[in-house]
Amino acid sequence: MKNFLALVLALGLGVMIYLTLNNNSLFNDYGDAVIEDRVSNEYIDRSVDGNTEEVIFGESEGLESGPANTVTAIVADYRSFDTLGEVTVLFVSSLGVALLLGATKQKRYNFDFHPNFMLRTGSRALFGIILMTGIYIAIHGHLTPGGGFPGGAMIASSMLLLYLADDQFRAKIKGFKMLESIAGSLYVLIGIVGLLAATYFLENFLDTGVIGNLFSAGIIPIVYVLIGLKVGSEVSGIVDNFLTEEAV
Amino acid sequence: MLQIAAIALIVLGLYGILTQRNIIKIILSLNVMEIGINLFIISVGFVEGGLAPIFTSDNASSTLNFVDPLPQALVLTAIVIGVGTTALGLALAKNIYSKYGTFELDEMGEE
Repeated sequence: MKNFLALVLALGLGVMIYLTLNNNSLFNDYGDAVIEDRVSNEYIDRSVDGNTEEVIFGESEGLESGPANTVTAIVADYRSFDTLGEVTVLFVSSLGVALLLGATKQKRYNFDFHPNFMLRTGSRALFGIILMTGIYIAIHGHLTPGGGFPGGAMIASSMLLLYLADDQFRAKIKGFKMLESIAGSLYVLIGIVGLLAATYFLENFLDTGVIGNLFSAGIIPIVYVLIGLKVGSEVSGIVDNFLTEEAV
Repeated sequence: MLQIAAIALIVLGLYGILTQRNIIKIILSLNVMEIGINLFIISVGFVEGGLAPIFTSDNASSTLNFVDPLPQALVLTAIVIGVGTTALGLALAKNIYSKYGTFELDEMGEE
């Protein structure tokens, strides 16, 4: 009976969403979105400040926002303040996990099996490759798909691999906490420099260069690498919290 | 079609949250619902035959037909916050398990 009520409620919500959006003149059908009517058009044209020229890859210089990847331009430039809040949410959640599971734990959980030589050596060889790919993705966030958040998640997944392959392994978690604090503080400091050197918080105060070059887009690659380091160390800390227990 | 699939995922997640009595399954249902919502938000910005919103040497001009980048940026935010809430929920579940020895809500409190 209770399951039936839940089914009716859930299906009712689904039908309501569908009926509201179906044949609604304010909501375009799937695939028919008109970008020209939306604010996103100005993000693609980099024309929020009134730029009227066409943006050309490898030629346009000194744009208001330099990354070739428009999603990065939104996340780390137009909506950078939002991203600062998002990083803070992740920080608070890692803080909450550490609080709930105890931050002073010293001992690893024991596995039922003992990792042999092949597993330990192979996981260490893979660790380097995954870590390098994560750092590459974080550094090239303004040119290619990816960026600080996926890169940080890959860095954390390389740490998770080491944790899973060896039940004696324990990362130097104090170093991670330090790295995370430094990266977070530097993000805020860069924002304050923008406030002092230019006009508003987190303003891009460096030259944005030619769109498409590795050294372009001003502070955005710096900020995104900092975000990558911060996310990577935070998620690694969460992994460590889940796989350790208090020493007896 | 994709939007109907996204709405179906949202409905499935809500049904799971309402009916499941196992903490891990509730957290899983929350994640299914979150994936449905993210898929729906991204589908709002899709343009038929549109390109990924990244300038490359092949797609070099801003006059080309790009898909909407703003929903993608918003979903990037939502995914990260989803990871944070899932980690927090699993930490709570772990604490509950170490206290009661079970993940089933019905079996808690019985000695």
